[in-house]
Amino acid sequence: MPTPAPAIEAVELTKTYGKMVHALTGLSFTVEPGIVFGLLGPNGAGKSTTVRILTTLSRPDSGEARVCGLDVVRHPERVRRLIGYVSQKPGFDPMATGLENLVLQGRVHGASARDARSRAAGLLERFGLAAAGRRLTGTWSGGMQRKLDVAMGLMHRPRVLFLDEPTTGLDPEARMELWAEIARLARQDGLTVLLTTHYLEEADHLAARLAIVDAGRVVASGTPDQLKSELGGDTIRAGLARQSDVLRARALLETVAGVGSVVAEGGALQARVADGPGTLPTVLAALNHAGIELASVGVARPSLDDVYLHHAGRSFGEADRVAVAA
Amino acid sequence: MTLALTHARLLTGRSLRTLSRQPAYLLFTLVQPMVWLLLFGQLFRRIAELPGFGGNYLDYLTPGVVVMTAMMSAGWAGTSIVQDMERGVMDRTLTSPIRRGALVTAGLTHQALVTVVQSLIMFATGLLAGARYPGGGTGVLVVLACAVLIALIFAGLSNATALVVHQQEALIAVSQFLVLPLAFLSSIMIAPELMPGWVARVARFNPVDWAAVASREALKANPDWGLVAGRVALLAALAAVMAWVAARAYRFHQRSL
Repeated sequence: MPTPAPAIEAVELTKTYGKMVHALTGLSFTVEPGIVFGLLGPNGAGKSTTVRILTTLSRPDSGEARVCGLDVVRHPERVRRLIGYVSQKPGFDPMATGLENLVLQGRVHGASARDARSRAAGLLERFGLAAAGRRLTGTWSGGMQRKLDVAMGLMHRPRVLFLDEPTTGLDPEARMELWAEIARLARQDGLTVLLTTHYLEEADHLAARLAIVDAGRVVASGTPDQLKSELGGDTIRAGLARQSDVLRARALLETVAGVGSVVAEGGALQARVADGPGTLPTVLAALNHAGIELASVGVARPSLDDVYLHHAGRSFGEADRVAVAA
Repeated sequence: MTLALTHARLLTGRSLRTLSRQPAYLLFTLVQPMVWLLLFGQLFRRIAELPGFGGNYLDYLTPGVVVMTAMMSAGWAGTSIVQDMERGVMDRTLTSPIRRGALVTAGLTHQALVTVVQSLIMFATGLLAGARYPGGGTGVLVVLACAVLIALIFAGLSNATALVVHQQEALIAVSQFLVLPLAFLSSIMIAPELMPGWVARVARFNPVDWAAVASREALKANPDWGLVAGRVALLAALAAVMAWVAARAYRFHQRSL
């Protein structure tokens, strides 16, 4: 089967603001159609600049970008018909109702008044906003407003939807609701979604594939599982019933085939292993045979935080703090 | 082209709807011109005893204040652009199929409509306060045209400034810096014959004065239509230039993104 044409291609994009700020330093990635693709990185990594270029708002200094095969610099007007864009900042008019905001968006994209109204009513329903649809959006809650922003990006049935930090500033409940909607967009509607986020859980939860961005370039890409697997291995965490067994248990585990380094922390052991689920039975058998009782046991895959630390050379939280301070 | 017109109509509709939902602001927009007219009319009433005013100061003042109000109110036009930029509304608009020309047209159409309503209110207020317009309906139409052209010039300038400075405070400062000097360096309140020589010379290059001169002339019983046409042509040319500048300013804005 031939691979489908990519929905988004970015090739060696560079962008400098003034003389000093190198926002993009040769950023490349490709997104296949019909998935949620995550651009993950700390604040200031270049995610929003990338989205602004792909949505025709801004031009790259060099490099190429295509959306649905169309060059964004040469054919901005054709690209604009195919994309929906939800920027970091709220993009609705607070002095208009939800319905009015949606209808205007549909009409701008060429829908008749009747079509725009029926599509708007459908989207209000889908996002659970129907009851508030005729109230001024300035009076809505933050979560409702953000959903409206996403709905506005969908009014003209785009093929690619860009979501720039969609859940920043939302409370956990509103965030979970929006996550569910975003997941549905790719699964049910076949939409390609490019999502930027600086929340590791968000990328892990939503993105089928992701690119980790640091200092204006992609430092790693793949599925979240691939990225974690590339780090080489899992961790088996074993909590001991008796603290006095710690030294004996540790010496024992180090002799088990497939187990790398073992670290003791309080009454628990953490063993690095290549294949967690495959090695766990052997580990349990060895401990049982030696009469060492366990209080708890588990296998942990590396987190995206571990992945980020590995590729960017600093922890995610630290990179974020540096960016905020600057 | 038809799509651009549809876009302009939709966006003008949006901005008029917004205006209609801010009753306090709307009221102020409509009452302020009356205040100007009555305040200046009272303050300078006895000035009409001097030569050059034709006896009734309110007759002289009304067309000038119509023009001045058009300028002052258009100076604020850019504030809605700054608001759209502070929110994500501008980003969303610029990534939609809306052409820059339609954006400019919508902003200017809104300002022109507001100006026509404000001007008619001032004509009515002037009439109630005793002003008379011998030029009749034709004269009033010419004054409306002049006021609209002034509104286009200053709204174009205000919109362009908003797109370049990105900041409410800076926009207001620029507008305040221009508005009062342009009003006072013109024949809005004082007859050309009574101006100091240098002010009269500066006023010849002041679009506000072009509009004031053409408006007063058109309201006379026997206007010099050549004079009116010359000034209106200058205003129309400058309005076209400003609309073009405003459209270019969108590109300038996008280059900063």
